[in-house]
Amino acid sequence: MFRGLWKLTWLETKIFMREPMGAVGSIIVPVLVFLGVGRLMGTQIAASSVAAAGFLRVGLPVFATVLIALNGVLSLVTIISIYREGGILRRLRATPLRPQTILTAHVLVKLALTLATMALMVAAGKRYYPINVDAPVFGFAMALLISTWSILSIGFLIASIVPTARFAQPIGGAILYPMLGFCGLFVPLESLPPKLHAVARMLPLTYAVSLMQGIWKGEAWSLHIGDIAVLVLIFAICTALSAKVFRWE
Amino acid sequence: MGMCATPRPVIEVSGIRKTYGATVAVSEVSFEVGEGEIFGLIGPNGAGKTTTMECVEGVRRPDRGEISILGLDPFRDVYQLQNRIGVQLQQAQLQKRIKVWEAVDLWASLYTKTVDADRLLEQLGLSGKRNAWFMNLSGGQKQRLFIALALINDPEVVFLDELTTGLDPQARRAIWELVRGIRDRGKTVFMTTHLMEEAERLCDRVAIIEHGRIIEIGTPEDLVRRHCPERTVLLATDHTLAEERLRTILTIETVTRRDSQFTLEGKGDDFVTEVIQCLSENRIRVTNFRTELPNLEDVFLKLTGHSIRD
Ligand SMILES: Nc1ncnc2c1ncn2[C@@H]1O[C@H](COP(=O)(O)OP(=O)(O)OP(=O)(O)O)[C@@H](O)[C@H]1O
Ligand SMILES: [Mg+2]
Repeated sequence: MFRGLWKLTWLETKIFMREPMGAVGSIIVPVLVFLGVGRLMGTQIAASSVAAAGFLRVGLPVFATVLIALNGVLSLVTIISIYREGGILRRLRATPLRPQTILTAHVLVKLALTLATMALMVAAGKRYYPINVDAPVFGFAMALLISTWSILSIGFLIASIVPTARFAQPIGGAILYPMLGFCGLFVPLESLPPKLHAVARMLPLTYAVSLMQGIWKGEAWSLHIGDIAVLVLIFAICTALSAKVFRWE
Repeated sequence: MGMCATPRPVIEVSGIRKTYGATVAVSEVSFEVGEGEIFGLIGPNGAGKTTTMECVEGVRRPDRGEISILGLDPFRDVYQLQNRIGVQLQQAQLQKRIKVWEAVDLWASLYTKTVDADRLLEQLGLSGKRNAWFMNLSGGQKQRLFIALALINDPEVVFLDELTTGLDPQARRAIWELVRGIRDRGKTVFMTTHLMEEAERLCDRVAIIEHGRIIEIGTPEDLVRRHCPERTVLLATDHTLAEERLRTILTIETVTRRDSQFTLEGKGDDFVTEVIQCLSENRIRVTNFRTELPNLEDVFLKLTGHSIRD
């Protein structure tokens, strides 16, 4: 069923790393930006206000992580649509490879890259981040894995249907980035007006952020069973849908 | 070359039709391909060759008609089928930065049976490019890589769509040898081409397709015999009575003369013999003698009223 999955995953990882901006763009740059913003804020406000300190402690790390995950999703969408447009999927189709295997391989590559970026961020943050954050790194990595897997399945679905590579990035962005505004990262959900609150509850990213923020703050997993259930449900729905609507060309 | 008895059909296509919007790409197409033969689909651009072939491969779905290949249904049994056939598509790409050996290695991992990859690359003259990225290969090298990928699983049926496009004459000849080798090992080859020379040299049988319909099927020799009985003899002589004597040949149709150069046109297999007999009976001394036989190109022209290149 998944014949060729590991070979394809490893191959796609190598191919991604060979892209001119592959490794640098997806791993190094986000970490540098994260540290840069952190230092800038750290020196400017020197943890004077409680809110700023809270943002440095929880908001910024989680925000950076979410951005990295979304980046991975967008890059998944773009790659699949380039493969479709360029006829690479066509060629793969005339083999015993199945579409699920191809998509899974790309999802695994993005997951691995997201985790690698986070690991680097934690390692570099220990030395260069302005304040000392004591977060449960392993637990957070698990939360990130679950969240990314779930959001990637949305990407998977977008990737199955975007018409051309030119539209892949904008369409993906238009669907994913607005979620950032209402997901509880910048404004606590409780302070949103009821209508927006309802919108926020419809957005997959809200649950991902709630899970990651909670685990980062050191909350117990049992408090986030609901988040995990929603994320798993999203994954199941998107995967089933994309298997139905997947287009080779 | 040539087939004595009709072998067991490996591919059976009956009455397929495929439309794209208002365009009818293929209609009422039926044919069989026997085990161990090289079968060629020939026709001009847009005739429906690729569409027909890709329907058989299970890559496109016809609107109507039946296809059976190796006893399988190309859509219901698609993964089982893919494992047993090899496919070279007319238009395809690989990942820009995939290396030649990586592509071959990936493909090898997808099938239950594989041939020796190094030997295959060697045969296709790609050994020196093992570590090159796909995007840095020349057109002909890409084409040869795709042929390698089509052969990596030692397929029972090989599909080659415009197999020598973009290849230089030397590479073309090497590929022809390779394709004959595949047939000689008992495999079946289904190919398309718009090069009549290629079809004539390679194919055991050809189907001529135009405007989405098959208009003729047969061995190249058979098609030529049936549709183009014309023979041409070109000769040079200073004999004063040559023209007069040559005109007495029964099967001759036209005699054209330019100084000492004659062009004789006639019909039938006996025409050339009769010209030779006439020359020898009349002791006509010739300084040049050449025959021109019609080929598939002429058959095509006869059947369609235009050349395949138009
Ligand atoms: N995906 C498609 N969408 C719309 N029309 C198509 C598509 N594929 C083929 N056609 C049309 O169907 C007809 C047959 O095309 P096909 O590719 O089968 O021809 P062909 O014989 O392989 O030609 P060529 O020698 O140029 O490769 C053409 O008129 C073409 O424009
Ligand atoms: Mg074609």
